[in-house]
Amino acid sequence: MSEIALFGAIEIGLVYALVAIGVYLSFRILDFPDLTVDGSFPLGAAVCAVLLIAGVNPWLASLAAALAGAAAGLVTATLNVRFKILHLLASILTMIALFSVNLRVMGRPNVALLMQDTVLTPFYGLGVPDHIVRPLVVGAIVAVVVALLARFLGSEFGLAMRATGVNARMARAQGVDTDAHIYAGIALSNGLTGLAGALFAQTNGFADVTTGIGTIVVGLAAVIVGETVLPARALALALVGCVAGSILYRLAVQVALSADSIGLQASDLNLVTAVLVAVALILPRLKAKARSTRVAR
Amino acid sequence: MIVVEDIHVTFGRGTPLEKHALRGVDLTIPEGEFVTVIGSNGAGKSTFLGSLAGDVLAEQGRIAIDGADVTRWDTPRRAGLVARVFQDPMAGSCAALTIEENMALAAARGRRRGLALALGGERRKGFRDRIAALGLGLENRLHDRMGLLSGGQRQAVSLLMATLAGSKILLLDEHTAALDPATADFVLDLTRRIVRDNRLTTLMVTHSMRQALDYGDRTLMLHEGRVVLDVAGDERAGLDVPHLLALFAKQRGGVEISDDSLLIG
Repeated sequence: MSEIALFGAIEIGLVYALVAIGVYLSFRILDFPDLTVDGSFPLGAAVCAVLLIAGVNPWLASLAAALAGAAAGLVTATLNVRFKILHLLASILTMIALFSVNLRVMGRPNVALLMQDTVLTPFYGLGVPDHIVRPLVVGAIVAVVVALLARFLGSEFGLAMRATGVNARMARAQGVDTDAHIYAGIALSNGLTGLAGALFAQTNGFADVTTGIGTIVVGLAAVIVGETVLPARALALALVGCVAGSILYRLAVQVALSADSIGLQASDLNLVTAVLVAVALILPRLKAKARSTRVAR
Repeated sequence: MIVVEDIHVTFGRGTPLEKHALRGVDLTIPEGEFVTVIGSNGAGKSTFLGSLAGDVLAEQGRIAIDGADVTRWDTPRRAGLVARVFQDPMAGSCAALTIEENMALAAARGRRRGLALALGGERRKGFRDRIAALGLGLENRLHDRMGLLSGGQRQAVSLLMATLAGSKILLLDEHTAALDPATADFVLDLTRRIVRDNRLTTLMVTHSMRQALDYGDRTLMLHEGRVVLDVAGDERAGLDVPHLLALFAKQRGGVEISDDSLLIG
């Protein structure tokens, strides 16, 4: 693997680390399987790209992308909490709707960012090669997000959100408005995903409606890899695990794709990812089964 | 103080499974009174407790707690006034959270939850002192996940959690039914101590007539959604389990029920 490919893998891993953290929030903390991210990721990219072309400050454009993602999350949460649609189905409805929304936002299937300033522009030309600047800047943003989120989940509000996911009946008996925490958590999850989409657009120089396909699977893969390499009970460490998992996943994919002997092509990425996630989900079950049959004997 | 006026609850209204679970319960429970509640399966005991806690909203009638009309309040809103311990030790706490996190959750009951740290240094120390008073040695296990505790320990911590936010009403829904007899006795003694020390107005649902007479100041018997027996003071002191069984049988239309092992204890 070339140096550029290595840093490229780290960079994309860091961008998707925000998705992984969002997926960790919804799947693990709230126990709410939310597929909205497949739509909120390209939504963030689209909103950011359109605003950048309109000359908006890149940080503001990124913030707007995060807010757009959060709004998408609120739609899913409303369908589920208020109208009692099954969470999985509610998120699929939002995801499908967002495909059209994203086309409307951009006015066409893809937008190129060639001359626009991005959050990265000020850091180019400081003597560090561009392919290293990008992971550094994205990494700094991810570090800030992890620190803020760890603090948030340790707060009274965050603790109530965790209780909502673990035991909603108990949480309600302790005065927790579980509905409000589902709204907040799913909005936060998709807000982070929208921010990831904005960073994707700015680091790659384009926004495209099809970039969202499989976002949820990539995020889940990162969460699962993270849990495997860093089986932590402490929340802050679990968030770091999501970041590490996302980077490791990208490195593994990069290695697999660059090893000519295996014969994989870039277009095999989704198949490889799906197989990886399925295996990671099946293995613990098989292990537990093997253990219980041994005990039974 | 709890005032309940003619509350009715119906499940599955308009369906073949329609069940009129509460059919006009009228009750006044003065502050600090410890009431035990008995009745056969389906008598409406749990529904009654649920209607006080807000899990079940009464379709008719009125409920006032400490002077506030809470009839239309949902569970989280009532949680500031009402603390609960459930029958299932798993239900009353979060297995995946630590002991101190569970306590912090309970301590914020009835307050707005903000962005302040749930477990600051001061609060940690306060929790340690409170849990040390249980005498279970849990003060050194505050960082352990709740799921690692035994059923009895979880119920003991749940009782303690019920006192952390200063609510004045405690609802116990057969909270010792899932425990072995020795542990159940320990939890009941702890219940008595906590109720006395915190001067809590308490309703305890139990399947055991023995417990119903041994604990508390007043005993209610529910049958088919109504209060059919309400005794306190000397009248209650003179009652024994056979009397209760006889009264119970009368309510059931004279059907012999002494073989119903669930009711003897």
